[in-house]
Amino acid sequence: MTAVLTAPPRAVPPASQPVQRGAKRTIRHAVALARRNLIKTMRTPEQLIDVTIQPIIFLLLFVYVFGGALGGGSRHDYLQYLLPGLLAQGIAMGSVALGQNLNADIEKGVFDRFRSLPIARSAPLVGAVLADFFRYLTLCVIYLGFGYAMGFRVETNAAGVIAALALSIGFALCFCWISVFVGMKARTSGSVQGIMFLLIFPLAFGSNVYVTPGTMPGWLQAFVHVNPMSQLSAAVRGLTVGGPTGAHVGWTLLWMAILLMVFVPLALRAYRRRA
Amino acid sequence: MTYAIEAEGLTKRFGKTQALAGIDLAAREGTVLGVLGPNGAGKTTAVRILATLLQADEGSARVAGYDVARQPQQVRQNIGLTGQYASVDEDLTGTQNLVLIGQLLDLPTPAAKARARELLEWFDLTEAAGRPAKTYSGGMRRRLDLAASLVGRPSVIFLDEPTTGLDPAKREDMWDVVRSLVTDGSTVLLTTQYLEEADALADEITVIDHGRVIAHDTPDGLKRIVGGQRLKVRPTDVGRLDEVHSVLAAVGDGPPESPGRGVLTVPVKDDTALGATVQRLQAAGIAVTELSLHLPSLDEVFFTLTGRHTESEEVAA
Repeated sequence: MTAVLTAPPRAVPPASQPVQRGAKRTIRHAVALARRNLIKTMRTPEQLIDVTIQPIIFLLLFVYVFGGALGGGSRHDYLQYLLPGLLAQGIAMGSVALGQNLNADIEKGVFDRFRSLPIARSAPLVGAVLADFFRYLTLCVIYLGFGYAMGFRVETNAAGVIAALALSIGFALCFCWISVFVGMKARTSGSVQGIMFLLIFPLAFGSNVYVTPGTMPGWLQAFVHVNPMSQLSAAVRGLTVGGPTGAHVGWTLLWMAILLMVFVPLALRAYRRRA
Repeated sequence: MTYAIEAEGLTKRFGKTQALAGIDLAAREGTVLGVLGPNGAGKTTAVRILATLLQADEGSARVAGYDVARQPQQVRQNIGLTGQYASVDEDLTGTQNLVLIGQLLDLPTPAAKARARELLEWFDLTEAAGRPAKTYSGGMRRRLDLAASLVGRPSVIFLDEPTTGLDPAKREDMWDVVRSLVTDGSTVLLTTQYLEEADALADEITVIDHGRVIAHDTPDGLKRIVGGQRLKVRPTDVGRLDEVHSVLAAVGDGPPESPGRGVLTVPVKDDTALGATVQRLQAAGIAVTELSLHLPSLDEVFFTLTGRHTESEEVAA
């Protein structure tokens, strides 16, 4: 360290600066932090397996292994039914990594540095959620692209597809706050996955993702009906292959609002309390 | 007299553990306060409270003139924190780490980049600037971590065990950095497990144990209490320990003690005792495997102040 003897590069301490506030500033910080998350993802592309390879495996598995039996003989019909549902399920599963990464960041002490800076407490969490947008976009592109190759065809129009994508990604950005909350609460990043799957499996399978609920017992049908995963998959189905749409979109939007109202404050509080 | 750091009666409990049992700390502006204590004494908890990462259960603290509980954002504008565990992002390069901090401190991107370049150069990391931090050596990572805490030109800097795990040469480098920060007007709170480090850097030293302050003094004052330098001799032939004892009794400033088998230590006034000892040992034809002059270890400090050894030493013994 030869340069040590020279004066350290400082200037007037910023003590006189007033503390700036405002949403604009927080968003700017969140974007800077989101960029950090994206750089990390680029460095470790295997972090994208759950939104690239995994969706392909689900499609292949359910269409070719179970599709013939479940779809009443027509694999194509089943693919048309299944793909919107798998997209909804993929969004829930894709959110798990967010909580795991945040938990690891805290363990490593990276967040201590952020917390010692004069930024909004929420900025690191919001930044991580913003960066997740690209993972969900990747997931949607993979499902539609690979699904197309397997024979999935849009039966509505481009506007419908765009609306379906917007709704899916919008839902993802609300649902993922559950993962953020679990990430703040869990003691290790490994346990985040366990806790999240405990929640996601009932939502994914107790739904209309794989089969229409007509053959299920009444109580289960009642659950399937209120399940946000069913509502999202029915809405995406309506928007891409036709059928009842409006009510499902409405329910999905309602769920998004509920998820945000419940889990954003919970996650922020858990983050603040985490020593 | 203005204090850059002032804490009174801080307490903090984690479940059943009383991490802090009411400690007072004070650092005058432009000085280094050394907080000396063994693992688990509460050093890190105190730093986390002062750096607004943690709320104290009781007590109050002001940093850079702002209350840590009521004005945390103002405190954060004025502090830099370097944790016990290097808290840079391993996947980001040196430059990316520092630019991110700059952006979070509201520097426009070109200014954040310029500041990053400047700090990387100062910390001799220019060549490694484009490499992810996970490829850095321990010393480089510490330097990057310290650089990250200086991006905002803080007036108060917390260094939580900045040299733990560094080899002696790297430690001296870090000391030089700390000295130049203070020369420049910053106030530094440094936690350490080494009296040597506190002695080399601090204007005042607070010794804490089990969340309490057990001593507060200048380094010289503290050394007067716990003893200054000690000479340590380990003869090759344990049978000649008695002869070594009489040599040390002659050159030392007190009675020789035996901290372990086959070793003797004696307090000495200055380092001329070293030469005298070498001469006498040579004259007597006593070969030694160890002959050193050092400040009392943390354990010796504790033994003098509290009459018992630090817990980590007890476990080892």
